[in-house]
Amino acid sequence: MPQSNVMVTAPLKMEREAELRSLLASMNEAAGKVNPANSLVPFERFGQLHFARFVILQDQTLEDIHTAYGLAPVDYPLSLAFIADFDGTADAFRDELARRAADGLQRIFSCCQGFTPGEDLARWMKDHENPAAAMYKNWRGRTVRQIHEENALRLALEGHLESNPASLAGKTPRQIHATLKEFVRTENLSGRLTLTDPPPTPLGWWFKNLIHFIGVPLLLLVLTPFLILYLPVFIYQLRTREKHDTEIAPPVSLCYERKLALLEDYDVTNQFTVMGAIKPGLFRRWTMSFLLWVVDWTARHIYIRGHLARISTIHAARWVFLNQKRRMVFASNYDGSLDSYMDDFINKVGWGLNVVFSNGVSYPTTNWLVLDGSKDEQKYKYVLRRHQLPTEVWYKAYPGLSAFDLKRNTLIRQGIEQSAMSDAALRQWVALF
Amino acid sequence: MGGTFLKKAKMPSSVDYRDVQGLVRFGFARMTEACYLLLRIKDAAAAREWLRNAPITTAEEKKPLPQTALQLAFTSEGLKKMQVPASVIEGFAAAFRLGMAGEENLSRRLGDIGANSPERWLWGSSGKVPHAVVMLFAGPGLLEGWKQSIQTKSWTAAFDEIACLPTTDMGGVEPFGFIDGISQPELDWEQARRVSINGDQLEYGNLVCLGEFLLGYSNEYGRFTDRPLLDPRDRGSEELLSAADQPEKKDLGLNGTFVVMRQLEQEVRGFWQFLDKASGADRDARYKLAEAFVGRAYSDGAPLVPLNKTPIAGVGSASSDAKRKQDIERNQFTYNSDVDGTRCPFGAHIRRGNPRNSDIPGDPKGLISHLIHILGFGNKNVRDDLIASTRFHRVLRRGREYGKKLSPDEALQPAPSDDGERGLHFVAVNANITRQFEFVQNAWMMRTKFDGLTEESDPLLGNREAVPGCPFTNSFSLPQENGVRRRIMDVPQFIVVRGGAYFFLPSMRALRYLCKIGS
Repeated sequence: MPQSNVMVTAPLKMEREAELRSLLASMNEAAGKVNPANSLVPFERFGQLHFARFVILQDQTLEDIHTAYGLAPVDYPLSLAFIADFDGTADAFRDELARRAADGLQRIFSCCQGFTPGEDLARWMKDHENPAAAMYKNWRGRTVRQIHEENALRLALEGHLESNPASLAGKTPRQIHATLKEFVRTENLSGRLTLTDPPPTPLGWWFKNLIHFIGVPLLLLVLTPFLILYLPVFIYQLRTREKHDTEIAPPVSLCYERKLALLEDYDVTNQFTVMGAIKPGLFRRWTMSFLLWVVDWTARHIYIRGHLARISTIHAARWVFLNQKRRMVFASNYDGSLDSYMDDFINKVGWGLNVVFSNGVSYPTTNWLVLDGSKDEQKYKYVLRRHQLPTEVWYKAYPGLSAFDLKRNTLIRQGIEQSAMSDAALRQWVALF
Repeated sequence: MGGTFLKKAKMPSSVDYRDVQGLVRFGFARMTEACYLLLRIKDAAAAREWLRNAPITTAEEKKPLPQTALQLAFTSEGLKKMQVPASVIEGFAAAFRLGMAGEENLSRRLGDIGANSPERWLWGSSGKVPHAVVMLFAGPGLLEGWKQSIQTKSWTAAFDEIACLPTTDMGGVEPFGFIDGISQPELDWEQARRVSINGDQLEYGNLVCLGEFLLGYSNEYGRFTDRPLLDPRDRGSEELLSAADQPEKKDLGLNGTFVVMRQLEQEVRGFWQFLDKASGADRDARYKLAEAFVGRAYSDGAPLVPLNKTPIAGVGSASSDAKRKQDIERNQFTYNSDVDGTRCPFGAHIRRGNPRNSDIPGDPKGLISHLIHILGFGNKNVRDDLIASTRFHRVLRRGREYGKKLSPDEALQPAPSDDGERGLHFVAVNANITRQFEFVQNAWMMRTKFDGLTEESDPLLGNREAVPGCPFTNSFSLPQENGVRRRIMDVPQFIVVRGGAYFFLPSMRALRYLCKIGS
């Protein structure tokens, strides 16, 4: 079953900001620790929900456009964003949300402009949907249910290994595999373990996916002659800008640093929300749109099994344009602490960060779009932290599990369900424990 | 791609050893006696008076070899107390300004929760943060005299000694009994190392850019680590040299660095008694398991994985043949020969502390292969590419042991009623506390998900505290060839943090600056 996502954004009613903040805070046990059963949106009761967050989009860097380009800063109203990643279709999720968290969402959204209490929630959320320009999910089609079942499977197998060391001593991987398989079979029969078959993916989804898979490269192919013709102009435009764009990279104040850090490192996974302005002019806007279109295609069709280029610690990430592509929000769920996340990015996909984010105001200077930029480690980290927003409410359906845990659990399950495996594959499989 | 885009070589100025405190270059190993005086500054003027005549040891080589050494470092509170202007202190990295114990988030990251919580510390937590540390080193029998000689009248007027942390010479081993300080990064004093800013370094190397350990020099990213840069009109800045990257500014950090201190109490009896129980009271098995925890042989410190046939940059560069040979035998290895962890467990202490990997795994040959790796498709094993590149996360260790030494056999005996505390005063030198010490401690030592593991943290340092959603965190896995891993369960906490702080170790010039301001 394919996963989907929503991002609802709406400007706040100024006079109700404080109320909204306290409502959002009431969904947490403490800052940074959500109450999954909170009465406003009891996340844990939505079995299809992987991740969710409420964040108030309060750009800390509105003045940058003036500092860097002398343009008058736009006084964007504060907005609320609700972001969710889940199994199944967006329509089905919105309906269920509207049905089962009606009161809470009514209270939350009534702090937003254009919401009248009693309004059709599902419809309102759909009307205020802000589709992602690019979306990455760690593993296509892996449901929350599957994640829980596979984790239970691993724990049961670990427990069995722990309590029966003698029965496995000196056995070959093939014998161990057979023993464990038999154990799972009996556990299954007794109802102590469940491994549900993945729900079928609607044919329509496969068809649309195929069209997208073929369509984008086809379109690129058609465009290639024009892109090649345009390339020298592009390079000229790019290099001129790269030479003149301004970096704005002071470290954040200790106060803001504390505010962000307060919310981090409770779980093995963290949330991350950044926002900022895109450099003025059509060139940057179009470059970014084009590149994100390509990123989205690769994330949808190529990076569907546990890694985005060299990064294997992201559960989900989205790039979303706001305000007629003048601003952007990037939101992700990643394993580890922010510093290791940033180091991972710089060292493993620095080029990838550069191609997209160098189109944002204040980014460290790049060369030829891919070079330098994020490799200016400290500046890059300051810029990121400066654009980061405190995520008021953040929910993850499987605390304690990293993206690698999910992958290992899936591989263990695949091994259990496979009938014929080579000796080499069996050796690798038993090493997964 | 490696080496394609070489950093434009700046003319490296050779390091003026007379301006650097000796600790960065020497461990003062021959000075077997040492103590750390933790100080609160009572009177800044008196402190300056003392500082003007303080016999601080530099990194210059002296003949005959000196018998005593003194090092001085300040916390950010201490710098404030010395009347360093707030605008100058703001030039220091946030980690240094916030300190080791002040922030809940940092405590979570460092594993300083539960028994390690700062509120239980003997020193370093709020209200007990030292302003400065004076480290004294001396040859056998000389420490007490050395200490008295520096406690002059102005010393007494200047400082309150909140603690004098004693040390013990355990003959090159740490309290559990393993040889300590075997692997150290080789500092590139000559600044001959050139890093490629945009390219990957394909091989692990032990020669590390000077800027990782000393402020004012280029680091592994080919950049200068942030530190306070002063306006030439600022008071006292005439004592300082110009910053290499911003010549119009005066560099307060140049030739200085940061020192991380942590008092780590080691439960030596608990360690050996647990191992004894876990290995069925079999002597050989007990040592084997201890070696698996550590990642090195008990007897000689040899790694558990085979040595590389080819040299590793920065290994075996000592001047004497004997030392060179010993370094090669102990450090000329990586874990490329042990991708399944059957020789040295993935979670072994030294494998966590220094994973010895390069920027990109799988040794890509040629542009196409490299490109495939960059795009994330070059991995052969499920664990490939899980660990961050080592060269950005090295620390130089200068710690000393304390307490009464116990042999493993003695440790198996029940503790006498007067059994004192023993452990390690962990002292690490690094230029970027967040990216070096904190990263290693957080992402590699404490993290229960390191290198694809789960439910275990460092076998020695781990706090075994609960992680939400994890059934437990106190196991240790030993991968087995052709079989399921062996798993040691219920590993107790062996090391408890008793104190700690971040210090700035100023250059001699920066110390003269401290003498000038406020006076």
